[in-house]
Amino acid sequence: MAEQSTWRSKVGLAEMLKGGVIMDVTTAEQAKIAEEAGAVAVMALERVPADIRAQGGVARMADPARVKEIMAGVTVPVMAKARIGHFVEAQVLEALGVDFVDESEVLTPADEQFHIDKHQFTVPFVCGCRELGEALRRIGEGAAMIRTKGEAGSGNVVEAVRHMRCVQSEIRRLARLRPDELMAAAKELGAPYELVCEVAHGDKLPVPNFAAGGIATPADASLLMQLGAEAVFVGSGIFKSKDPAARARAIVEATTYYDKPEVVARVSEGIGEPMAGLDVAKLEEKDLLQTRGW
Amino acid sequence: MAIGVLAVQGAAREHLEMLRRLGVEARPVRTAREIEASDALILPGGESTTIGKLMARYGLLEPVRQLAAKGKPLLGTCAGMILMAKEIYAAGKEQPSLGVMDIAVQRNAFGRQIASFEADLEIEGVEGGPLRAVFIRAPVISSVGQEVAVLAAHEGRTVAARQGNMLALAFHPELSDDTRLHAYFLGMR
Repeated sequence: MAEQSTWRSKVGLAEMLKGGVIMDVTTAEQAKIAEEAGAVAVMALERVPADIRAQGGVARMADPARVKEIMAGVTVPVMAKARIGHFVEAQVLEALGVDFVDESEVLTPADEQFHIDKHQFTVPFVCGCRELGEALRRIGEGAAMIRTKGEAGSGNVVEAVRHMRCVQSEIRRLARLRPDELMAAAKELGAPYELVCEVAHGDKLPVPNFAAGGIATPADASLLMQLGAEAVFVGSGIFKSKDPAARARAIVEATTYYDKPEVVARVSEGIGEPMAGLDVAKLEEKDLLQTRGW
Repeated sequence: MAIGVLAVQGAAREHLEMLRRLGVEARPVRTAREIEASDALILPGGESTTIGKLMARYGLLEPVRQLAAKGKPLLGTCAGMILMAKEIYAAGKEQPSLGVMDIAVQRNAFGRQIASFEADLEIEGVEGGPLRAVFIRAPVISSVGQEVAVLAAHEGRTVAARQGNMLALAFHPELSDDTRLHAYFLGMR
């Protein structure tokens, strides 16, 4: 019997993207540059996070015409963002046939209490997290891929590092606990007990764990990979830099050869200015994107 | 006997794990030298355009062609199968590939991710009943040359084929718990 869109086929696509770079694009032309550089997938959106941050206002799902144009322009998978809790935006993106929906804190949340019930969908979802409990709550709701949030549109890797280190150290901690200590751990984390047991057993998340939010250089990508990310998302870092094609290609190569400093050194040469970036410590609480969602 | 799993991008770890369960220590390979030192090679699933471009940039296409020419066993799953094919149909685009196996493939032949599925497959030469196969944005083999044996079909479309020591699969045996296809591959040596 053939069975469509199983959990294995959803997580399976996430597994296939490992070791790759997923790039934010706002036009079909940018999508082609990303694909040519070696992106494993592109994220279709209306404005990159740095512009959302600069321009303010409510950030919503992209115009379906824009998403379709990007889908028509490339053969790699196309992802698109829906607002947290906005299950109708997710329904629309699924109807368009996108390959992955990102229920994303980069857009203005539509629901401050509930995230989308992602099990109800045929399309797989990726969600952001800052710590292990948040990751497991999203997986409990049906996310087939997790990305640490970082601070999108900042061009500053510090938050991505903080979140990846936090998730990894919490995973290591769970793996050391006795079985009779796991329920208390689930209570502390605010996470489903079964998923806590799965992490403790497997010594890793039940779905692939990627990094996002502030990655702007090949060395940033390598840093997150060395800290345990299985792939990286680069948002504003590419198309807000001086030479997007060269930078995109360099970040792809630095992600594949993340543990070979001589490759990271070579690809980092002469690729032009990175995006300017922000000091996250100086951002006000209200300007942080990472605190959206729970 | 050194078995390599190409690890420039994609699901290499799952293949390493399947081989480990069969008692075989394989290793991830990412350089020409590591490929040349392999006696058998698995090309995993992933994004075929990404893997192909990285292989071209880092001089990995020729060493794999050499392995194939020497008759060393090669297994390609999904993207790996696409890379092995002599002909690739993908919306008229050119992409770097190995072109070592006399098959033509059509990328994303069942549709986008929302059409991804699992199905039971009977595979020629694999005993013990059907195997649960996971298809993800999967390609199909649209035609085969004279030297190629078709091993399995889904809804009349070819999804597994063998030519000498080369095995091409449109699906992902590494995502299931069933090690029979990996055992079959090891038996090709």
